[in-house]
Amino acid sequence: MSEYWWGRSASEISEYVKNKEISPVEVVQSFLDRIQQVDTKIDAFTQIWSDYALQQARSLEEKIVKGKSPVGPLAGVPVSIKEVICTQRGFTTCASKILAGYRSPYDATVVERLLNADAILIGKVNMDEFAMGSSTENSSIKLTRNPWNLECVPGGSSGGSAASVSAEECVISLGSDTGGSVRQPASFCGCVGLKPTYGRVSRYGLVAFASSLDQIGPLSKNVMDSATTLSVIGGRDPRDTTSVDMPLPDYSERIRKNVDTISMRIGLPKEYFTEDLNEEVKELIMKAVRILEKQGAEIVEVSLPHTEFAVATYYIICTAEASANLARFDGVRYGFRHVDSKNIIEMYKCTRSEGFGPEVQRRILLGTYVLSSGYYDAYYLKAQKVRKLITQDFEEAFQKCDVIVGPTSPTPAFRFGEKTQNPLEMYLSDIYTISVNLSALPAISVPCGLTQSGLPVGLQFIGKHFDEEYLLTVAYLYEINRGQEFGNPPLE
Amino acid sequence: MIRSKISRDEIYHIADLAYLHLDTEQAEKLAADLSEIIGYVEKLNELSTDNVEPMMHAVPMENILREDKVRPSITKEESLRCAPLHDGEYFLVPKILEVD
Repeated sequence: MSEYWWGRSASEISEYVKNKEISPVEVVQSFLDRIQQVDTKIDAFTQIWSDYALQQARSLEEKIVKGKSPVGPLAGVPVSIKEVICTQRGFTTCASKILAGYRSPYDATVVERLLNADAILIGKVNMDEFAMGSSTENSSIKLTRNPWNLECVPGGSSGGSAASVSAEECVISLGSDTGGSVRQPASFCGCVGLKPTYGRVSRYGLVAFASSLDQIGPLSKNVMDSATTLSVIGGRDPRDTTSVDMPLPDYSERIRKNVDTISMRIGLPKEYFTEDLNEEVKELIMKAVRILEKQGAEIVEVSLPHTEFAVATYYIICTAEASANLARFDGVRYGFRHVDSKNIIEMYKCTRSEGFGPEVQRRILLGTYVLSSGYYDAYYLKAQKVRKLITQDFEEAFQKCDVIVGPTSPTPAFRFGEKTQNPLEMYLSDIYTISVNLSALPAISVPCGLTQSGLPVGLQFIGKHFDEEYLLTVAYLYEINRGQEFGNPPLE
Repeated sequence: MIRSKISRDEIYHIADLAYLHLDTEQAEKLAADLSEIIGYVEKLNELSTDNVEPMMHAVPMENILREDKVRPSITKEESLRCAPLHDGEYFLVPKILEVD
């Protein structure tokens, strides 16, 4: 038996722990050591809960020794949580100055469910402020580095989640995905990132950015661990009325059952393979497609004709929703307040201007503008109509195929500062992920290779509404046939 | 080239609506940023959407009802705990009414 436990999958760890072959305390200590060792380079963690993690591990050990109550599917598995998800333990800052020091009085539903599954919460991880960004450079706390190349961004907004999983500082992380914020950093950091169907996972306790697009999703080293996590965190929650009452299968069991007999018609959207796509990324994606073809997939060309309008649609809808959601940060009930204001309006204004970073203010202003009197029809209503057209594109494409495959991001990870000067350029890096949120579909990014310069590239699978079972099975089939271990980023 | 879609005065007006305070330099920068972004999103006008139903909800749903029962919630102490200023009973804020 190896002396360290980081680098193992969730299924492996939980099996060993359940069978009393290893103490969860030992597992947790091993990951805490790993964090000590590498997080000074990566800076993924904003809070490290060493004592609490060990305490959870000891309680779990006691429970296993007593052997009376059933042990959960994530027994002893260390999990990190994005700063935007509420936890009673520690702080929930959204990486924003306006929520610095904020302690949530309750746990998000997903956190409750992780704890019920005997997962170990090991700490919280960095992100772009209020999940607005694609590089984690918009954090008010610190910069997080890409474990594969410390000069590059980890992607965003769940950059801390992806970096912490990739650097093997935890096994699973929960992120949130509004326009690609789980999948794009997973792609940049060489791990798996799953965005479930809108409504699959409760948003109770997820600080809202754009409520019609936000969805919590897991990041992990492999497809199976994300599948197991979805079975734990998914399902109807009366506290989020947009969570849907649909059967929630044991995904890992279903995948194992289905993988040998699955038939696949894979759609390649011609709009995803244009000159905007980096040549090296394109080659790696096509290599992956050939692997799927070898496994019996029929490859068909499909068309998503409104793709070029997705970014514009998204930035109207998400900023409009954000400007409404972020109105609650007024310095009265929680968070930061500007002191010495003459009156309440001045207090609101100074609190918000000092508390929010530049990108958040830019989006609040844009959202306020598109919703303001005289502009509503021209922008917001128009965008909702185009959102419908984008959704219909997918419905039509799924007449011809069972799953859509393409790149997660047009490029591999970029360097710090490369896109911070031009917000629009940063927005355009989400071109392949945002249509999925607009259409409420499930999608997963799976690593499919490294570029010449050693940066990971992600392959995106897009599935039908609430059919994560099929989506995950195809992704798993690809993963086991990829024939290449991506293993560890060069951190030692 | 960036069309100047949004003037500095307009930025100040929107900032007022959003309760944000901007200095001159920020207003200049944001007017330029927003003009560029608005110029870009106007791309949507290339599309005819006359007969398209707007997509109001991500997933079609019907009304969701629940029994109107008293359930536990967070206590007063817990809700005040996070506030920047309170007196144990109420959130405290600067003066709301101007009195001579």
